[in-house]
Amino acid sequence: MTSALELHDVTKEYSGTPPVVALRSVSLTIATGEFVAIVGPSGSGKTTMLSIAGTLERPTSGRVVIAGSSVERLSDDELADVRASEIGFVFQRFFLLPTLSTLDNVANGLLYRGIALEERRQAALSALKAVRLDHRADHRPSQLSGGECQRAAIARALLGDPKIILADEPTGNVDSAQGSEILELLSELNSDGRTIVVVTHSQEISDALPRTVRVRDGKVESDTGSKGDDNGISSA
Amino acid sequence: MESRPHNKSAPELTGRSHLRARDLWGLATLGLRGRPGRTVLSAAGIALGVATMVAVLGISNSSSAQLISEIDSLGTNILTVTPDPSLAGNTAELPTQSAAMVRRIGPVNAASALGGVGSGVDVYRNDRIPSVNTNAISVYAAQTNLLATVQGAVVAGHFLNRATSHFSAVVLGADAARSLGIDRGDGSEQVWLGSHWFAVVGILDKVTLAPELDRSALVGYPIAKQMLGSDGGPVEIYVRADPTSVNAVASVLPASADPAAPQDVSVSNPTDALIARADASSAFQSLFLALGGVALAVGGVGIANVMVISVLERRSEIGLRRALGARRVHVRLQFVAEAVTLALMGGGLGAILGGFTTAVYAAMRGWSTVVPVSALGGAVAAAVVVGAVAGVYPAMRAARLAPSEALRSA
Repeated sequence: MTSALELHDVTKEYSGTPPVVALRSVSLTIATGEFVAIVGPSGSGKTTMLSIAGTLERPTSGRVVIAGSSVERLSDDELADVRASEIGFVFQRFFLLPTLSTLDNVANGLLYRGIALEERRQAALSALKAVRLDHRADHRPSQLSGGECQRAAIARALLGDPKIILADEPTGNVDSAQGSEILELLSELNSDGRTIVVVTHSQEISDALPRTVRVRDGKVESDTGSKGDDNGISSA
Repeated sequence: MESRPHNKSAPELTGRSHLRARDLWGLATLGLRGRPGRTVLSAAGIALGVATMVAVLGISNSSSAQLISEIDSLGTNILTVTPDPSLAGNTAELPTQSAAMVRRIGPVNAASALGGVGSGVDVYRNDRIPSVNTNAISVYAAQTNLLATVQGAVVAGHFLNRATSHFSAVVLGADAARSLGIDRGDGSEQVWLGSHWFAVVGILDKVTLAPELDRSALVGYPIAKQMLGSDGGPVEIYVRADPTSVNAVASVLPASADPAAPQDVSVSNPTDALIARADASSAFQSLFLALGGVALAVGGVGIANVMVISVLERRSEIGLRRALGARRVHVRLQFVAEAVTLALMGGGLGAILGGFTTAVYAAMRGWSTVVPVSALGGAVAAAVVVGAVAGVYPAMRAARLAPSEALRSA
């Protein structure tokens, strides 16, 4: 099995007085098709880990490998290309644009791929069907519940057909019933073969996932490890 | 959503981010639609600047179009003949018979002479006024057909006729009458002219084709010869030519007016000068145009200001776009396009406002409205340039935002 995501000796330091070290020499390999939870207390560096893995920021030192190729030599524009085609992001606060309909918010997932609006909307509609939200396509995000917003955001992340989905506290702003629905949705995507990394506070989620990486003070404290080709949540 | 197969063996990071030009329009209006009140207010500065410029150009164009149509209605077939003052050793008068000779030219419909009077002959309100206070009014001897030839009109009384030309009667130009404080032309008021009392028998309206008459006092030829030392030599002859032969008449006028010294005669068409003056932009117009330009620049600063705030408020949107694969240039383009759209809206609104102002002003004056397309286009283009410049700095700030930071900010 090839690796989807590798961090090698990644250190991230934020300048300031004194400088803040968010990650200290973190190494982590996530294989294609894995479903991984990253847990840890607030400020432990797990969100930094996710944004470095997603090329949203560069490590101070260390290497990041995405789908087998090292990204540290890539320019900012090339990193944008990687995000456009390889990675889907899901955020705790959804980041749906309030002036757009749900459909158009989802269609934005392909905006920077140079695909025509009509085509984007068609793709968005089938993505909304996949997350069982097509009946809300014409609603504004303000008319949706938190869980519905997150499902729309997942549909948007899915639109570019990324191999990797990085989710930062995807259930942080939704109630528990909707939270388990979100988790179910993510595990469906995982069974389709996508690699999914979830940063979470929730013990329930991490218990449900096949692999849990525990982070503390910028270091990996424990890692339940890869369970071979056992990708499904069902066996956990 | 059906998932495409993930069987790409080698890592393939070749997909390039790309934003379609058509999508840029949606992006440009996205932020504006979200905050309509703010959009209108920030476009207002540009609208004011453009409205000012369009109105200034529109009103001055309407005014000159009006003047030119007035001149056209008065006829452009008028010519004036004057002794050329630039040549030394020449008396500033044409030969006494010149008006009669000019009348003999075939295509000349009418000719009327304005004669000089003796030096030191000026007009005063009464005999107590110091002689230096001439009010810059000139006294001329006029032929009785002068008013008809220059297509003037009286506002009070009558013009000189064969009878009044022999008496101490005077017709005052519009400005001359105002300077002397006379508004009745019934002969009941008198002015002190060349040490004689002259009754004011008429007051002229403004004479468009011969504005020099507005500051003059006109007396009859006979009385001027008799009492004011006039030798009958014209200082100016007004000629009405056949409209089809104006140039031909102009070319023979010097030799007809003064056969002995045609080179000392100058011929001009006063309508040419009037039209040139109507077309020329006044200093006033330039001042207002500059004010419009300042308003436009201030509007641009306002847009830049609002856009900087907007970038701060939309940090998470910018972060999201970067996460979705937008390059810096896409973010930059979005915000420049938004600023340009804002300015374009202001420019369009301003052009409408400026055109409306022109129409109202022209209607009040009884003119027809003329708003040059070049003024409309130029003002809107200026607005777009201002918007683009105003958008550059906020757009750079937006593009500089680190995506992870933008996503973390509240």
